Parts: sequence; structure tokens; C-alpha cells
Amino acid sequence: MKKSVFLGALTVAGLAASGAAAATLDDIKARGTLNCGVTTGLVGFAAPDANGVWEGFDVAVCRAVAAAVLGDATAVEFVPTTGKTRFTALASGEVDMLARNTTWTLTRDVDLKNEFVGINYYDGQGFMIPKSLGVTSAKELNGATVCIQTGTTTELNLADFFRANDMEYEPVPIETNAEAQQQYLAGACDVYTTDSSGLAATRATFETPSDHVILPEIVSKEPLGPLVRHGDQEWGDIVRWTLNALIAAEELGITSANIEELAKGTDRPEVNRILGSEGTMGEMLGLDSEWAKRAIMAGGNYGELFAKHIGEETPVGLARGLNAQWKDGGLMYAPPFR
Amino acid sequence: MSDTHAETVSYVRETMLPEQEPPVTETGVIGWMRENLFSGWLNTILTLLSIGFVYYVLSGLLPWVFQSVWNAESLDECRQIMKATWGETHGHACWAVIKDRWLQLLYGFYPPYPFAPDATVDAPPPEAMLPAYFRPNLTFVLLFIALAPVLFDRAPRKLLIVTAIYPFLMPWLMWGGSLWFPLGIAAGFVILYLVISMGQVRLGSLLAVIAGVIAALLWWSVIMGYVTAGLDQVVPISLPSVESRQFGGFMLALLLGVVAIGLSLPIGVLLALGRQSDLFIVKSLCVGFIELIRGVPLITLLFVASVLLNYFMPPGTNFDIIMRVMIMVTVFASAYIAEVVRGGLAALPKGQYEGADSLGLDYWQAQRLIIMPQALKISIPGIVSTFIGVFKDTTLVSIIGLLDPIGLSQGIRANQEWNGIYWELFAFIALLFFIFCFSMSRYSMWLERKLQTGHN
Repeated sequence: MKKSVFLGALTVAGLAASGAAAATLDDIKARGTLNCGVTTGLVGFAAPDANGVWEGFDVAVCRAVAAAVLGDATAVEFVPTTGKTRFTALASGEVDMLARNTTWTLTRDVDLKNEFVGINYYDGQGFMIPKSLGVTSAKELNGATVCIQTGTTTELNLADFFRANDMEYEPVPIETNAEAQQQYLAGACDVYTTDSSGLAATRATFETPSDHVILPEIVSKEPLGPLVRHGDQEWGDIVRWTLNALIAAEELGITSANIEELAKGTDRPEVNRILGSEGTMGEMLGLDSEWAKRAIMAGGNYGELFAKHIGEETPVGLARGLNAQWKDGGLMYAPPFR
Repeated sequence: MSDTHAETVSYVRETMLPEQEPPVTETGVIGWMRENLFSGWLNTILTLLSIGFVYYVLSGLLPWVFQSVWNAESLDECRQIMKATWGETHGHACWAVIKDRWLQLLYGFYPPYPFAPDATVDAPPPEAMLPAYFRPNLTFVLLFIALAPVLFDRAPRKLLIVTAIYPFLMPWLMWGGSLWFPLGIAAGFVILYLVISMGQVRLGSLLAVIAGVIAALLWWSVIMGYVTAGLDQVVPISLPSVESRQFGGFMLALLLGVVAIGLSLPIGVLLALGRQSDLFIVKSLCVGFIELIRGVPLITLLFVASVLLNYFMPPGTNFDIIMRVMIMVTVFASAYIAEVVRGGLAALPKGQYEGADSLGLDYWQAQRLIIMPQALKISIPGIVSTFIGVFKDTTLVSIIGLLDPIGLSQGIRANQEWNGIYWELFAFIALLFFIFCFSMSRYSMWLERKLQTGHN
């Protein structure tokens, strides 16, 4: 079976170059599962549990899309990707979409021929230090040794920040977050810097989290979002509007608790349009009318997902901050369903 | 002469004294210690320093390993239990993570009951007849049965049948699917053998080999698909299939290791012979292959497998990632084995080759009966250390996103319950690898002693 696929692939390798890229939706329906690229493990965002079931904030986006497209939130094949393999996995068609805390940048969007469909988490680079250092601002870190993951945007941001503030630092290069935790706790560096969500998750695992503080300065913009590859706008639209449906649902007060009732019809037209009792939004996307209802029911609206996976009640304990709805002073702002 | 002697000696002992016990300080434990540990002031100091060092290491390590928490749901709970039991002292292992995740570390996401993909070990499906993870476990047990006649000459020779079947049975058990597919692949080898043995007389050996290879390739690439599909419809025998994505944990490391080790030895021997060949093209191909592969780090080959090959394939084709990685690891191991075997070949005195020639043996007979048995014997330590190296190198696949034990440890840490746990996971993985690598090493030492034919 596998061998014949391979031999078959070799024979047609030269012929079919990009024809198959066009109809991702049809491929997924024929396959019956959505291939979704996730991280190999990041606290709160994607992790397999003891039974091998993936859970997390990024994973929830995959599940919502699968629910919208296939009607089954569990019909997802999670493909763990590393920072080095993620874009090729997407470009080669190994995965249909990436939901892998990936920062939206111009080169990744344009040069790597991806299409970011939105932002599901606004992150930014921060600093964590032991409280005993007595430092209250990142501007006081002159001469510090800094644990930094190599080959990431955080490395470049760090250099920019210290140069802009005319300070010096000594980098301690490390490979993974787990290694960083060990190095930082062992005192190999005074400061650990990475995305502030990662800092919060890391601090939560310490024996005495209160001995460490995360400094108030955020030195970079890291908008994280799901992405698809160039070449199939219809598929990109589906992922984009599934994410928008989750965000809009929170704004409009659609929750997994009241969605059944609201789906019967309300006097609010936009709720009706999202949930399919009015209009033909689903048909325009090539789906049925209840697509958004299923997506929201898969795990709840954006706010519910946030609270469940990374919110203040969880060990990660992130405040909504920038990720609050625009009405609450945040940046989450879904375009109108009209 | 004896007379003069008798006059000068006043006393001559006439009976032998009974043998005396050696002094207490020269025998037994004390004697051994005096000789080996305290045989001078410098050695005494060094011994005391070493004892101090060993005590220092063990005094930290043993409490960590044995004064540990086995029953907890999360790292926080572990820490609370540690605090309650041992107070504020640090350095206690939280083995609860291993208890919680050991099945995952061993099998990855392989379904315990492949016919019911959603069932778990704790909630087996009611119609389950066989224990959980029966298929990988059976594959593992069969591996040793298949290896026995190869590794030990006292094992019954009939087991060689299992050895011959195993390469086709193993993928079927692991991946499932139709039984006719592995049988079809096996049939290709039968065709190869038949064409070569029948053509030997009529075509001569070179043409027979070429014809056999062409016939086998034709069978595999064109005919087999129709035949197996047809047979599948008539007699559908199949196991529920398991996706490669679900392979993981130590099982994946073992699978990659066994395939790479099993295939790289024959390929490596052929490459080594090719490199010593007089045929210019064969020789250049072998030298080129070996030097190219040995000149490239394994991780580069793995990236080629995971990233570059994807670009060559048309979009949508999904050439199994584990298959790709297996090929790359095998290729890598073969190049190294080829050089190790070449070392063995070079160590043989020229007389052995000439002796074989003088007996009138042809090339393959000489290799099989005289050269290879000696060359391989010389190369055993090198071959086995290459094998051990390859087996350990399989952990590199975590870098391309496959969930081998190292990759899984990252996934496990990404759970909120176990985030922050570090050494316990690595200690467990190290133990698993140590068991296998140490066994390989002991086996090779045993084999060397057994094959020892020199005089000493």
C-alpha cells in the first residue's frame, strides 16, 4: 500500500505540479479528516493528554474548523511540527492549516507564500527575573545575562531593545523552553525572555512562582494566528470566518450553554445569520447553514476557549489584556457577519 | 663436593615445613584492598578521594531516586507530597509522571485496540479479546524469535523460517491493512530468486541477475497492485490499519533502530565489497555513495526526508514520513557499516584471498566461505558500536516533529499538570535506551569470545 503510493507518486511527480492545491475543502471532505499542524507541545496552546488526545488554545481552532467543515470536532489529524518544519509542512500539503502560535510577519505572509487568516492571540516579548534582583523595569537590566532561545524573533527583538536603550547584555543561548526553565532556575542567567504567555506558563511551573516577577515592559508585537497556504482562497475564507465566528460569538453573547436556544431564532439578526437561521452565509462558504453553530459548539466561543485553556483560572493564568473584546478595551474585533 | 659441603653446614633440614597460611594482610578482602586500593600513599589518597566523590554523588542520587513520589496527578501535587513527607529538603524525584505516561512513552499514540480507535487502556471496548497493545507487543516478541537463530547457533535452525517471514510480517502487524500486500512484496522476492536460479544456466549469471531484478520491479510496480487488489476482493484478510502518525515513543525508536540495523548490515557489506571491486563503475558508485552519506550529518538527511522530499512530490501525495525517515537512517547506517566492514577486509592478510583463489573458488564462494567470516569477525566491535550509535541517533527524529521518546517528553511537559518536570522523563528514557544498548554491547563481547580462534 505504502510502496505503491510511493511508486505511483514517482511516476506522476513530474506531471502534477499544483493542480491539487485548488480544492482543499474537497480533499478534506473526501479524506474525512482535517490535517492540522500544531506545535510538538506548548503549555496551554497544544499538548497531548495521557490518552493522546490533543488539547489547547491552538488545538481548539483546529477543532472548530473541523466541526464547521466535517461536522465532527474530533475528525482532526494533528501533525506535530517544529519551528523548522512548520512552513514546509503547510506548503507541501502535508497539513491543511497551521494553528501553531506563529507570529504574523510580512516575510512569512508574503515571501513564504502563506495566508494568515487572523489573530487568535496577541502576544509580546517580555522579561522574567527573580524578585531578589530588585529590578522593577527592563530599562534597569544593563549588564544582565539573558537566557534566549536561538533562531527566533525574540533573539532579534532583544538585541534591538538593548541597543535602543544603550545597554549591554550577555546572551545565554538555549534551544527549548524546557531547557530555559532549567538554566534560569539554576541561575545560569539573570533574565529569561520569551513571549509573555510563555513566561507566564513557565513561571506557573516553578516551586515558588511568587519569587519571580515578569517585568511590565513588552518589547515586541507577536500577533499569533492560524494560517493556510497561498493558492486556495476559498479554503482560507473558511478558516478565517470560523475564527471570526468564535470571536463574534463572544461579542454577541453566544456561548456553548445557550447556543441551542439561540439557534432556534432570536430577534437579533446577526446572531441569526451566524447560527444559520437567517441568510445563506454557510452556502457562500461552500458549507451548510449550521457551520458556525458547530464550530462554536466544538469548544465554546473565543472567551470560553481562552478561559478554559490559558485564562486566569488555569495554571497558565493569563489575563485577557490585549485579547479582550474591543468593547472591553482589547483588540479582538471580528468583522461583521453580513 | 658433597663431602666438603657436609662439613661446613652444621644443620640440614630433613623434612619439609608445612605450608603456612599467607599473612592476613596479603589475602582475602584486606589483601585485595591493600594491593588494589592502598598500595602506596598516592594511591591511598586517590582511593579516599574517589570514595568521597562516589559517596557525594550517591548521597544526592539515591534519595532522589528512591525517596520519590509515585502517586500524584500533577507536579504541584508531587511537590506538596514531598513537602509533607520530607519537609523543605530538595531533590526528590516525581516518578508520578512516568506512572501517568509510561504507556505513551513506550507506544506513542498507537491505539491500544486498533479495531476501536477511540478505546483507551482504562476503558477497553467490550468485544476486546486480546490485551491492549497486542500487535506491537507480539511484533516485539517475534523479533527475538526471529533473531534467535541469527544470534545464537544453538537455537533450532527451523526458527530461520520465522526470520525469513518476519520482514514481511512485521510491517503488517504494525501498520495493519490487507495481508495480501506484504505477501505481494514477498512474492516479488520469490520471482527474483526463481528468475535468477532458472536463468543462471541459460543466460549466464550477470544477465540472470539483471533479468530477475527487472522482473521483480515489474511485479512490484505494475502487476502486484492489480493482483493484491483482486485477491483482496476474493479473500479479504486484513488487520485494522494504524496511521504512521500514531507511531511514537520508544516503539518508534525501536522500529527505526531495528529496520536500520537489519537492512544496513547486508547493504553495508555489499557496499564494502563494491568499494574493493575492480569494476570501475561499481567501485566509483560505492565510493561516491559512502563518502557522500558519511560526509553529511544525519540530521541533514532527516531534514531532506521531512522537508525536501515533500517539495519533489506532487501536492497531496503522502509518502509516509516514517518510511522516509527509515530509508534515510538505513542509508546513513549502511555507509558507516560499509567502512567498518572495509576495515575488516583490509585487516585480512593477502594470503587469505590468494588461498581462496588457489582453491578454485569463484568470487562469491570465496567471499562467503573464507573472506567474510573472518572480516566480519574482526569488525564485530565496530559494527556493534555503529549499531548502538544508530539506535541512539533515532532520537534525532524529534527535531523533525516525530514523537519519539524525546519528542514526547516535550509534549508531556506541555501539559499543565507536568510542565516543569525534566529529569524524571530523561532518566526514564535513558534507562530504556541503556537496557538495549548495554545488551547489544554484552552480546557482541560474548560473540567475540565465542569466535575467538587464536592461540592464547
